[in-house]
Amino acid sequence: MSLLRRLVGRDLSAMAASPGEWLMPLAFFLLVAMLLPFAIGPEPRLLARLAPGILWVGALLASLMPVSTLFARDSADGTLDQLLVRGVAAETLALARMLALWLGFGAPLLLAAPLAALLLGMESDVLLRLLPGLAAGALGLSALAVVAASVTLGARGGGGLVALLTIPLAIPLLLFGSRPMEAGALGLAIAAALVLAAIAPFAAGAALRASRS
Amino acid sequence: MAATDFHALANPLRFQRFATIATPWLVLAGLGFLAVGLFIGLFVAPPDYLQGEVVRILYIHVPSAWFALGGYLGMALSALAARVWRHPLADLSVRAIAPVGALFAFLCLVTGSIWGRPTWGTWWVWDGRLTSMLVLFLLYLGVIALIHLHEDKAKGLKMAGYLAIVGTINLPIIKFSVEWWNTLHQPASIRISGSSIHPEMLTPLLLSAMGFLLLFAGIVLIRMRALIAEQRLEARALRRAARAG
Repeated sequence: MSLLRRLVGRDLSAMAASPGEWLMPLAFFLLVAMLLPFAIGPEPRLLARLAPGILWVGALLASLMPVSTLFARDSADGTLDQLLVRGVAAETLALARMLALWLGFGAPLLLAAPLAALLLGMESDVLLRLLPGLAAGALGLSALAVVAASVTLGARGGGGLVALLTIPLAIPLLLFGSRPMEAGALGLAIAAALVLAAIAPFAAGAALRASRS
Repeated sequence: MAATDFHALANPLRFQRFATIATPWLVLAGLGFLAVGLFIGLFVAPPDYLQGEVVRILYIHVPSAWFALGGYLGMALSALAARVWRHPLADLSVRAIAPVGALFAFLCLVTGSIWGRPTWGTWWVWDGRLTSMLVLFLLYLGVIALIHLHEDKAKGLKMAGYLAIVGTINLPIIKFSVEWWNTLHQPASIRISGSSIHPEMLTPLLLSAMGFLLLFAGIVLIRMRALIAEQRLEARALRRAARAG
């Protein structure tokens, strides 16, 4: 357990050291929330109705941004090899990366969500019901980001591909998460996120091992 | 058919021999079943009392949906077999199945769209089943793209296999979520003349499905033979280069 905590801590301090890594997705998320009113018009009732969906689409697209750097740096400077040679399970590394991303991407996202909700005129009770789903959803999105990062590790290019790999798998999260006022949706969003979080470390761990051969 | 028979086919040479004989039979039998099924479906079977003649597209639409889904499952099982038993041909069959399954999913989407135009009055509705087929098509595209993204082909196949396995675990969730979402927002969508299909329509459907299945297997075998040949060519080129150097 302490190994996992150290790994998560290492990933988080690396994120803190390069603020662009967590600020960029955040800025992207807020930009989506800001752009949509320009595209669909300033009518407050329409905006408030669309707001949960817009926030979720923004969060989903923002979660694609960190994918290209998730394992690339550790792989390039040999840290990944060192950790695996030392006997750290690839699954543990993947789990740590997922948890670190959840904290480093999800927490700022939750802080930015009220601002985005304000811009779109979302009711506060809708926001209060949206946030827990977004918190769980960020875990599911982090899980997908870790899987996408590990299976594309060492591949040429792949920026556009990450979206293709991630988005179909993220559809249940989006469906359940963006309906905060509908009965049962929150529970299903959490369940969908937990399933992804449960599979991701194993799939990503196996892919990390395969990427070294 | 004992498990050992299949293990014998794991040997690429023996597999080649088996595939060379089986391919023409599968393709011919597939075309035969398809021809009979479509003939009965198009000319003999009665039109639907509600939808009329347009319902006949079902004899292509439904089998392609079945085997697009079945193909994904087969692909994921191959990927699993490749990882668990280091089966030399299982990785290749992932690559062999993926584009065929994607084609079937595409066929299902196109025929569904054509079917939707006269019955629903539009080319596309966010119907639960159509939407989950669209997601399945995207999952296939992801696997195909990932295979070719890696410079090292063996690595690309492994990575695509992991993605296919994750996709398979998610497939029921996606299907459930899409149906949940759809039934919530759109009351009962059109179903094939009620809950059950009349035997006069079921017979051509099953014949056509048999044809699709045999054709699917035949095309996958052709692709596997081509992929094995490609591997051999590359190995030979490497040997020649080594001798020349």
